[in-house]
This record gives sequence, C-alpha cells and structure tokens, in this order.
Amino acid sequence: MALSLTDIQGTPVDRQRFTWRELVQAPISKLDDDAFTRVRIILMNGLELEANRFSHMAARMNRDLRGELARIRRVEQHQATAINWLIGADHSPLETTIAYEQVAIEVTAAVAQREPDEYLAQTYRFGLLEDFDHMYRYSAMLDRLEGKDANNILQCYTDILPGRPTMVEHRHPDDDLRTPMDARTAHPLSKLHALTIMSAEQQTHNYYMNIGPLFTDPVARLLYAEIASIEEQHTTQYESIIDPDQTWMEQWLMHELMEVYNYYGCVQQETNPRIKALWERFLDYELGQLKHVMELFKQIERRDPLELIGESLPDPIPFASQRDFVRDVLTREVDLRARGTEYVPMEEDSELSIAYRDHMNSQGSPTEAVADGYVYRPGTELAALHKRAA
Amino acid sequence: MQPEITLGKNRTGIKASPFDAAELREQQGHQLTVGRPAITAEQLRMEYTQEAEAVGSVPPPTNVRGMVGATAQALAGHRMHILLDKLAERLAYERSGVRLYDSMLVKAAGAERLPADMTIEALQEIRDDEAAHFALLAESIEKLGGDPTAMTPCADIQGVQGMGLFQAMNDPRATLAQGLETLLAAELIDAASWELLIELAQGFGQDELANEFTQALANEQRHEARVRTWLAAELQLLARVHH
Repeated sequence: MALSLTDIQGTPVDRQRFTWRELVQAPISKLDDDAFTRVRIILMNGLELEANRFSHMAARMNRDLRGELARIRRVEQHQATAINWLIGADHSPLETTIAYEQVAIEVTAAVAQREPDEYLAQTYRFGLLEDFDHMYRYSAMLDRLEGKDANNILQCYTDILPGRPTMVEHRHPDDDLRTPMDARTAHPLSKLHALTIMSAEQQTHNYYMNIGPLFTDPVARLLYAEIASIEEQHTTQYESIIDPDQTWMEQWLMHELMEVYNYYGCVQQETNPRIKALWERFLDYELGQLKHVMELFKQIERRDPLELIGESLPDPIPFASQRDFVRDVLTREVDLRARGTEYVPMEEDSELSIAYRDHMNSQGSPTEAVADGYVYRPGTELAALHKRAA
Repeated sequence: MQPEITLGKNRTGIKASPFDAAELREQQGHQLTVGRPAITAEQLRMEYTQEAEAVGSVPPPTNVRGMVGATAQALAGHRMHILLDKLAERLAYERSGVRLYDSMLVKAAGAERLPADMTIEALQEIRDDEAAHFALLAESIEKLGGDPTAMTPCADIQGVQGMGLFQAMNDPRATLAQGLETLLAAELIDAASWELLIELAQGFGQDELANEFTQALANEQRHEARVRTWLAAELQLLARVHH
C-alpha cells in the first residue's frame, strides 16, 4: 500500500522529545525475536546515523541552515540511540556482525530485484556477493573462535556459503567509483534504494572499525581490518551512484523521504508489537521532519517539493529471505570484477586493482586463513566432526 | 611469546607517580559536596530488573517422544524444559571449551618450554574429551526430543560469561601461566556444573543420562587436576619458589 505525501501530518518537530528511560528500552530477545526484527533495527540505526553524518556535513557548508539542521539532528540522534540500544549485549560483537551481514545480504538482494535501473541493479548484485562472502568468513570465525553457530542469529533465512572471495574484493579506489544516476530523470525507487543501501554499508563500516580492535585474537583483528576495508569500498561505491549535482536541500529532502519510506516498511512488516509501536512513533516523527524540510525547501529553493518526491511513496522494501535470488546471482555473477565504472569478467580485471590487492594480500589473507576448509554445519563444524557412534 | 612476566615500567598504580600523586590527593579538597540524585543508580537498575523478561525461552520438543516425555514429566509436576535448558548450557560450554583448548594448543606450541608433566598431547586429550562431551550432550538433547542446535536462555547467558575466558586466552600477550589460569577457571566451572547437572538429571528420573554424565564428570575432575598441577608447577618455576 502506497503512503501519500500530499497531506503529511506527523508530529511537529518541536514536540519530538524523549527521556533517557525512553532511549534505553528493554532490548529484543536474541532467541525469541524474529531475525528480521533485528535486521530492521540494524538498518534503521544505520539510516539515522547517516542522517547525522549528512546533517553535520551540510552544517559545515551551509551557515544559514545550521539551526534547522541542529534541531532535527538532535531528534535523530535520540532516535538512533533508542533503536540501536534495542540490540541486547548478550549478542557478542561477532554475533552482531553476523546480523549486520544478514542486513546487507537480505536488504541488498530485495533492493536489487526491485531496482528499475539495470546498471544500478547490477551494482547491488555486485556488492551483494561480496557481503555474502563476508557472512561466510565471519561465520567461520564465530564457529572457530567462540564455538557458536551463526544460524542461531540467521534463523535459517540466509545461506552460509563462500561468495566472491573477499581476497579479490580489494580494489584500487578508481575501481570503486560508479556512474551516478541523474536525479532529474531517475526513478524515485532508484533514489530511495541508493540512500538506503549506502547508509547500511556506511554503518557496517563504522561498526567494524569500532569493534575490530576489541578482539584480543590476532586473526579476528586481521579479519575485521580486512573486511572493514571492503565496507569502506562499498560505502564509496554506493555513494557514487547518488547524483552529486543535487543541491544540499534536495539531498536533505531525499534523506527525510528515505527515512519515512523505511520506517513505513518497518511499521508494515514488524511482528514484535512493542517494536512496531516504536516504528510507528518514529514514522510519525519522520513525517513531521519531512513536512518541516518540505516547507524549508519551498522557502529556500522556491520549488514544489512534490516535484522531487512525487505524491506517494512506492511499496516498501520487503523484509524476507531472498535465498533463491542470492543463489541465482551467486551462480551467474560470482566471477565478475569492477574496472572503473563497469562490471567485467574476471579475465578483464583492472591491473590497478590486481596490483593493489596483490600487495595488500602479500603477507597473508585473513579471510582465507579464517575460513580454511570451513563448511557450515548446523550446531557448528564440531557437530559434524564429533558425531557419536550409534 | 614472552615466557614470563618481568619487572618494568608499569604506570598504573598511584605509587608510580610520586609527585603527581600528591597533587591528585589534593583534588578531594576541590570537589563540592552535592546531594544524592533524585533517582539513584540502584533505583534505576532495580526498575530495569523488575521490568525485565528472561533473555528468551526454550523451544518445545520437536518429536513425539519428546512431547510425550515432556507431558509425562509435566504430569508429575516436573518441568522438562529446565533440564533441556541446562543440557543446552552444558553443550554450549563444552563446544566453546573445545575452542578454548584450541587456542591454548597454539599458545603451548609457541612456548619455549612447558611445565613438568604438561605436553601438547595431554592438552589435545583434554580438548578431545571436551568435544566428546559436546557430542554426548547433543545426543542427550536429541533423545529427549530437543534441538541440540538451539541456543537456550542458559546457553545464551553462559556465552556471555565465556567471552571473558576467550578474550583472556586469545590475547597473544597472555603468558602460558595466564592461559593455564584461564583453563583452570573454565574447568572449575565445568566440574561444578556437571555435578549439578547429574543431580538434576537424577531428579527427572533420567538415570541413563546421569550415569553417562557421571563418567563425563570424572573426566572433568581429571582435567581440573591436571591443569591445576601444570599451573602450580609453572607458578613455582616462575617464582623460583618450591612448595
């Protein structure tokens, strides 16, 4: 069902406020809550932190917008806190990492199938297979370091198989930059997708950069160093498909729209009633913020914001297992590489990237080391190795 | 690996900073006294504790025998899911224990020397015992109609406890002695937990399980004794004292 944008109400921004107790609610259950509730939490935290980053960058370059930006940014800061703090600390950092990769795989796969522009869809499929491989490596790490089963987090929604090997994902920066869409002609879904996936990858990068050094195990430290570097590449890639010729106000408007779009998807699909109530509250807040930014847009750009954002939002991104699609893409596209803005067969890989990765990998590849001979088994690989004789 | 701890420039204690420490002690004179907050940390914690639910639940039995068994136990007033929860906790512990020993094996292989009676083979034996215990528990859970791949509430909390053991063991800077301390902590918890599990199994009339677990307990007690002996030998060697 489409959400209408022509008569938005929402909570006025100056009534959007919290107490500390509201920001620190009981976390979800790692055991009993559906994995997609956790996926939604991780995704929405990522979107809110992108809102924070964008708002700060806009403030650095727009003196007159600073007050407006700061007021909305403060609310989004607290939204981010309330959302992110729903992940209980009984999730070990590695378990949360598994959940992050599930977000990357399932949401990117859903987006890739709905993306109207074939080049952009290929971009999402390209990144998907790389995050898919990260899942395999982290699952091996979780098994071999902590003796835990990644499927306790994945709940059978997501496969654990090698994707495009991480060791060949390392590219020269020139080979991470794609062709941006033209915001004037792009399909509305294309714009929403790009902001969504970029935000998710950016937060994944932030997360790995924060937790990597918290491990004492040197292989874990190496693994996070390696995969965090890919997530920086992904952030660069997805950022590069966004039209850089948009004005600051256009970008701000699109950010608020994207947040409304995704909160709407969360409200529609959330199975935990307590969390659904949170999504409903924040959808209301975002509608209030969107309405406010639409007004600012009218005042500053002297244009009708509906020309930019349309009169209704598309159907939300589905939160569901995309297993069949992922397996299909894996079969067909695992050997693709990137050369400049284009995707090429392995044989045409970029010399710059080959030289870069050969050097980076020259003292060993953490992702290869960690998954040495790893085959996922329910109950961990020890379950396969140590079955008792009947 | 640096084999032993030495004297050096540890800066953490107050006596390491004779001049600055005196100034630090003066700071108390600069602090204003304020009243207690309207809501104290204890009150905040109490609120969260009172409102909190358990981390999760135990999944119901997945086969007919398990359901029948659970129903029979329930009719007798017993709550089978408590036993399943504790079995899953032990399983998670043994499975993680294998990884703890894997890590210790790396540490031992890199050591210049090992204490008397400690060998790589002996470590490997304990490691393999833990793996066998894991397999025993997986089979036990299956027999009761449970899912040995499920993470139950006690397994979850045990996982949180275990993170400290992993972090200590996996640090390449942790010495052999520090590694053995970590193993000893693990073995002490293990042995005590098996004893309690045996009692619990007997309470449920699961005598066959209790017997198998008694053998596992005997193994664990041997592990604990060996690790303690190795650690004692290593500490005496390091301290150059003789017991």
